[in-house]
Amino acid sequence: MKVLPPGVKPADFEAALGEFRAAIGADWVFSADEDVELYRDQFSPSWGEEDERRASAAVAPASVEEVQAIVRIANRHRIPLFPISTGRNFGYGGPAPNLSGTVVIDLKRMNRVIEVDDKRHFCIVEPGVSYLDLYRHIQERGLKVWIDCPDPGWGSPVGNALDHGVGYTPGIHRDHFGAHCGMEVVLANGEVMRTGMGAMPGSKTWGEYRYGYGPYVDGLFAQGNFGIVTKMGFWLMPEPEAYLTSTVTVPRHDDLHALIEEMNYLEHVGVCGDPSYASPMGRYQRDPELVAMWKKPGRASAQELDAFAASKGLPSWSARLQFYGSAAGIAADFDYAKARLRARIPAAQFTPAETIRFPASDAEKDRFDRKVAIGVPSLEVFTGMALADAAGHVYFTSVIPKSAEAVFEAQRVYSDVYDEAGVQFSGLAGVGPYSLPATWAYHTFIFRMPLPTFHDDVAANRKVRGIIHKLVEVAAAHGWGEYRTPAMFQDAVAKAYSFNNNALLHFCEQIKDAVDPNGILAPGRGGVWPKRFRKERK
Amino acid sequence: MSAAVVSGHGRGGSVALVVLAAAALGVVAAPPARAAEAHDAALIARGEQLYVLKACAACHGPNVGPAPGRQLPGTAGLRKRYGTAKPAVLAERTDLDAAYVKLIVRKGLNFMPYFRKTEVSDADLEAIAAYLARNTQAH
Repeated sequence: MKVLPPGVKPADFEAALGEFRAAIGADWVFSADEDVELYRDQFSPSWGEEDERRASAAVAPASVEEVQAIVRIANRHRIPLFPISTGRNFGYGGPAPNLSGTVVIDLKRMNRVIEVDDKRHFCIVEPGVSYLDLYRHIQERGLKVWIDCPDPGWGSPVGNALDHGVGYTPGIHRDHFGAHCGMEVVLANGEVMRTGMGAMPGSKTWGEYRYGYGPYVDGLFAQGNFGIVTKMGFWLMPEPEAYLTSTVTVPRHDDLHALIEEMNYLEHVGVCGDPSYASPMGRYQRDPELVAMWKKPGRASAQELDAFAASKGLPSWSARLQFYGSAAGIAADFDYAKARLRARIPAAQFTPAETIRFPASDAEKDRFDRKVAIGVPSLEVFTGMALADAAGHVYFTSVIPKSAEAVFEAQRVYSDVYDEAGVQFSGLAGVGPYSLPATWAYHTFIFRMPLPTFHDDVAANRKVRGIIHKLVEVAAAHGWGEYRTPAMFQDAVAKAYSFNNNALLHFCEQIKDAVDPNGILAPGRGGVWPKRFRKERK
Repeated sequence: MSAAVVSGHGRGGSVALVVLAAAALGVVAAPPARAAEAHDAALIARGEQLYVLKACAACHGPNVGPAPGRQLPGTAGLRKRYGTAKPAVLAERTDLDAAYVKLIVRKGLNFMPYFRKTEVSDADLEAIAAYLARNTQAH
């Protein structure tokens, strides 16, 4: 049973579909149930329930001109559109829209790599290009640049950047929106706009200088709904001569303070890459002795945790030292990092350095267990999830300070929420004394908490939704906000950014009403609702 | 869900039908059979390329690297499902039915998501299914 957009009459909807077919060809307008089903979010935490966000149809343009034609038709018939790139934003909403009944505008067919420059180090791509495609394009041509990719390589550099996605190589490159440089956007009235240097006809520096002149508006198009991005430039890292990695371990619970402070320094001064914290003790988070110690009032003390780690003969924490650059330079950087860390934590231990020189063969890259750290996209991250008994997962991912104090506080605060909700450690869920934040974002921590979703267990999905809403609320009370979230939680997350009565959200909605008076572009995305649909806010 | 849910002809079945039809019409059977085989071979070759380009192999390929237990997701999932009863690497299977492959790509299975027609068109899917069913005897 098709769900139409709120307030849209069936006759207007059918008329719009007819005009879409005339504009882009009937083969690329999907309205049969079996085709529209493919636009459901496979990982939806409300699968099969009334609140699952479902598209009414999908249209798949092959060019900017076709995107413009679709937007103009949608405006005439007041049909909301939801753009997707590769539609693989799993855990954060997949290809499904915020508002049920919205027509998905599927940009997968716009899959041209327009330019890759390995002398000035940038690329310009369309939304349908995946990380796997872009990597292949670069390798086939022997170009001397790297990409930065998130774990799932089938995602789109454009789509990922527009949801503030992140990766694993050094500094700015793993902040995908931060590394973008110029974009082309189809606005709600059907006009094409270019930002940065692209705004100047004949400009030769689209991929090099991001600001152009005047107000910098690119941020409106990420986690927003002010236009449909049809091209984006990105800075790329040149292929380094070599990469060196070693894992540092530190024995005591409270060594995490010094470890994080030193790694912050080494990373922010430009010596090291992503520190990728982990705990060798992580495997014991489900151990009954540890669980009992962690669940008692006041939770486990540092001394108790140290005694427990000592009983297992394992250090408490580890970090990855990762260096990129000249072979001689990074060997010296490794010595420098070791000296600094040993000065702060004399008991720090280092695994032998592992070095890869570039160019490296596929076989050499394959032998390395963290291909994303050397810019090689894959789907390997899904192995653990493929073995879990769930249809998918959603992430609760809050931004916390880059300090051990914040990590320890988040462990306790989020454990309180999980204990109250009765969440047990499983392959996909759990917080404990060895849970650590992701270091995807260059200059902060993201405390990531996956929760499983199901296709055959409504009660379990409802519980997950309740937990996430509770987490949003508790996080906000501690000054932590989410960096990214699936559609059904976007209102709650946006509302938590409530300084001065949500002045930020009100400003965005004033702009929204001015540039998209019919409210046709992705109503609700990022918590931004056009006047016409504002009552749909949850 | 299992392969038995879907009936269909494997590649061998299609070729056999062409040969039978040609014989019934009283024409020489060999040329159309050869044409059909050439068509199938081209389709399978295209399917093999698409299997990589459309990221099937990124999940269902053989294992990578030296680390123990480092399996690709699709391979790991199929090993869990079938143990050693069937090859975990999908392209090594000898029991895949083209219709079944097409069904799974459009419906998903367990953790494997479905693929939209903008990602894998019906024509591309035909080729990928022919490639994966190439070792399956007609039934």
